[in-house]
Amino acid sequence: MAGAHATQHPKLQHHFDNLDQQFEASALGMWLFLVTEILFFGGLFLAYLVYRIAYPEAFAEASHELDVVLGGVNTAVLIGSSLTMAMAVWSAQLGKRSGQMLFLALTIGLGLVFLGIKAVEYSHKFEHGLVPGPNFRFESARNPVPAQLFFSLYFVMTGIHALHMIVGIGIMTVLFVMAFKGRFTRAYHTPVEVSGLYWHFVDIVWIFLFPLLYLIDRHGPVGH
Amino acid sequence: MTHEMTAAAGTNGGEMQGATHLVPIRVYLTIFSILMILTAVTVGVSFVDLGPANTLVAIVIAVTKMMLVILYFMHVRYSSRLTWAVVGGGFFWLALLLLLTLADYLTRGPGWLHYG
Amino acid sequence: MDTAATPHANYLTDGYGLKSWLLTKDHKRIGLLYLISVSAFFVLGAVFAGLIRLELMTPAGDLVESDVYNKIFTMHGVIMVFFFLIPAIPAVLGNFLVPLMIGAKDLAFPRLNLLSWYVYTIGGVFTLWALVNGGVDTGWTFYTPYSSAFSNSNVALVVVGIFINGFSSILTGLNFIVTIHKMRAPGMTWFRLPLFIWAHYATALIMVLGTPVIAITLVMVAAERLLHFGIFDPTLGGDPVLFQHLFWFYSHPAVYIMILPAMGVMSELVAAFSRKRIFGYEVVAFSSLAIAVVGFLVWGHHMFVSSQSVYAAMAFSLLSFLVAIPSAIKVFNWSATLFKGSISFDSPMVYVFGFIGLFLIGGLTGLFLAALAVDVHVHDTYFVVAHFHYIMVGGTIMMYLGGLHYWWPKIFGKLYHEGLARVSAVVIFIGFNLTFFPQFIVGYLGMPRRYHAYPPEFQLWNILSSAGAVMLAVGYAMPTFYLLYSLVKGKPAPANPWGAKGLEWETPSPPPTHNFDTTPVVTEPPYNYAK
Repeated sequence: MAGAHATQHPKLQHHFDNLDQQFEASALGMWLFLVTEILFFGGLFLAYLVYRIAYPEAFAEASHELDVVLGGVNTAVLIGSSLTMAMAVWSAQLGKRSGQMLFLALTIGLGLVFLGIKAVEYSHKFEHGLVPGPNFRFESARNPVPAQLFFSLYFVMTGIHALHMIVGIGIMTVLFVMAFKGRFTRAYHTPVEVSGLYWHFVDIVWIFLFPLLYLIDRHGPVGH
Repeated sequence: MTHEMTAAAGTNGGEMQGATHLVPIRVYLTIFSILMILTAVTVGVSFVDLGPANTLVAIVIAVTKMMLVILYFMHVRYSSRLTWAVVGGGFFWLALLLLLTLADYLTRGPGWLHYG
Repeated sequence: MDTAATPHANYLTDGYGLKSWLLTKDHKRIGLLYLISVSAFFVLGAVFAGLIRLELMTPAGDLVESDVYNKIFTMHGVIMVFFFLIPAIPAVLGNFLVPLMIGAKDLAFPRLNLLSWYVYTIGGVFTLWALVNGGVDTGWTFYTPYSSAFSNSNVALVVVGIFINGFSSILTGLNFIVTIHKMRAPGMTWFRLPLFIWAHYATALIMVLGTPVIAITLVMVAAERLLHFGIFDPTLGGDPVLFQHLFWFYSHPAVYIMILPAMGVMSELVAAFSRKRIFGYEVVAFSSLAIAVVGFLVWGHHMFVSSQSVYAAMAFSLLSFLVAIPSAIKVFNWSATLFKGSISFDSPMVYVFGFIGLFLIGGLTGLFLAALAVDVHVHDTYFVVAHFHYIMVGGTIMMYLGGLHYWWPKIFGKLYHEGLARVSAVVIFIGFNLTFFPQFIVGYLGMPRRYHAYPPEFQLWNILSSAGAVMLAVGYAMPTFYLLYSLVKGKPAPANPWGAKGLEWETPSPPPTHNFDTTPVVTEPPYNYAK
């Protein structure tokens, strides 16, 4: 590699002709990965859809147990992190090292805030016996049995989303170190761009989880 | 903000990757503001009883927010037709999964799921 | 390893240590790693098949207990479907050939490619762990609520193994799509691509679009089984049939992950050994894509006797017939290509004729099963077992072996014993029909699948089937010996032993590490045989 392409950019891998081809391949690869993510979460959305149509009252009752304030704040936090992510990509495109580090750090910070708030919500559910399984207690409800389906889906959907956030924060940390070492220039910043796509995707999943789990049954007659 | 593509040329590390697109900061800030407003609207509307329209409004707002993120934050608006095809294909297949399965559930007749 | 390779060096001589193989990023070496692992799983799966046939020699369940029998057929299915048939052609031949055929130096993401093999291996280890630990008894379909609430076997381990293994499929598919879009040599336009590439493109689409759905489905089963998060549990109002929808959304298209690459191999072989351009090249290319798309619209035909609504069943039945159209188009076009071609009967071509015969029977009986009323009669009988073995074994393995024979001189630079190769192809064809044709009959007569005992009047058909299995075993063992023997004593192969067209034949056998000494420039259509 080094001998054959001595004049090439050091980040150009041997099997590509130029950096543009390499970037386009990476971006296409990430987009295809995100397509697999759409269908991965799609299976959960399908389960939600089927059971919500089957048990509208039970889902409305169960939905009222979620905290709209915490969910809403988390939505704002995630959208904010998408902005900082976009700014990190923008800084990378211009080769601004300090900008990359600042915005990646902000993205990581907002991601951690999101996970912290999520942890608070989870602990409330544990305290109220709303974790599905043998210890599930939802006596105040008129439809406690299928309400358990709602909480199963709530924990699996938000849990897998949180897992994606943790992976995303890990990626951002690696990027931060690379940015600190000055690895990203105007000519080469592919990792920042494609990781940004992933981060925005995780944001989009939450954009749907929030209304479906927290909001759409909020107006209903059941309340506490 | 004057950091447009031309204004910033040649500051650091030579030519920019040809395949990427530099979006002005004000576009990002505008999109961010719209997303925050839409979040506030969807929360507000959820407390008003609109009947079945509550769900519809929530979905429409969520789809709008998603489109904004995809088109601007993820640069699809400035991307190749191939990228559009990949994104479209992903959602098309999701629609196949949801709709063909619902084709079963919605035609099963009353009482198609019960418990106890 | 990267600097100026000497003219005679090739990818096999480029480093000999274990490390040079286990850390390789060369798509050709990764293909060989897959060849070894996939073959090992095939042998294991075949052992379980042998046990099934041994038990079914007699009507009484006298060899093994019923619950052991459940584990035997489950392990047979799990290993053969997820660890052999799905990766066989794409991960072995596809990995080796996709970059060569399009004139690229490697796949777009060599490290992901290596990762896919490791992921496959780790998934396999989990499955073997479950096997050693006592096996699993749910059938390869893991139907809920048995899998999530009742089975006492190692469901979770196998589910985790298949979940992990799924990522190897996703990574391979993603790599193929990006490579085919972005890495083609100058002049290699879409309609100059070999049909093998079109078939693998379509396969890769299914891998990317389908595999994530079974992944999340298995996550839900695991959540229900391990964490008691009820999702499909009917006592909570959940619907076990929802699992079936999600499962078959992937697992029906998975059949096309198996057969589409086989069809790609078919096109290469038919063209090479009849010295003709494939009749209706564009139609064959698009029929691959059509199969990939329509294959996603038919999954409900696995659920005709579940609680699925009869209206959905009718729609799925009609859609299922549609898949027959692109499949039949391909068979007609291959036949038309043979017409007035200068046909030679080299061993890969013997496999071609075997494929046409078996795929025809498998495809036509598929029409029986797509018909709603007939399916209700033969559902869960040996008729279904025979049908899908004709497609998955008769189709996929015939072309896996045909392709392996065709490209063996390219892969290893050695020639094998041609006479033995032709004999083995014939033995496999006869052995296969002897094994599975009686199952159509006994299934139509009403013998259900997945039982270790059966009424005595079915014994004749089962003995025929078991005898065929012995012959099939001989047929599969033969290539193992003469192919391995060729590595030691075989004559060196020239660059193009068959006189075939295609970029892979324009580079030495075996190819150099970076495939081509100079990037090829394509100036002619595919299969441009002088006529």
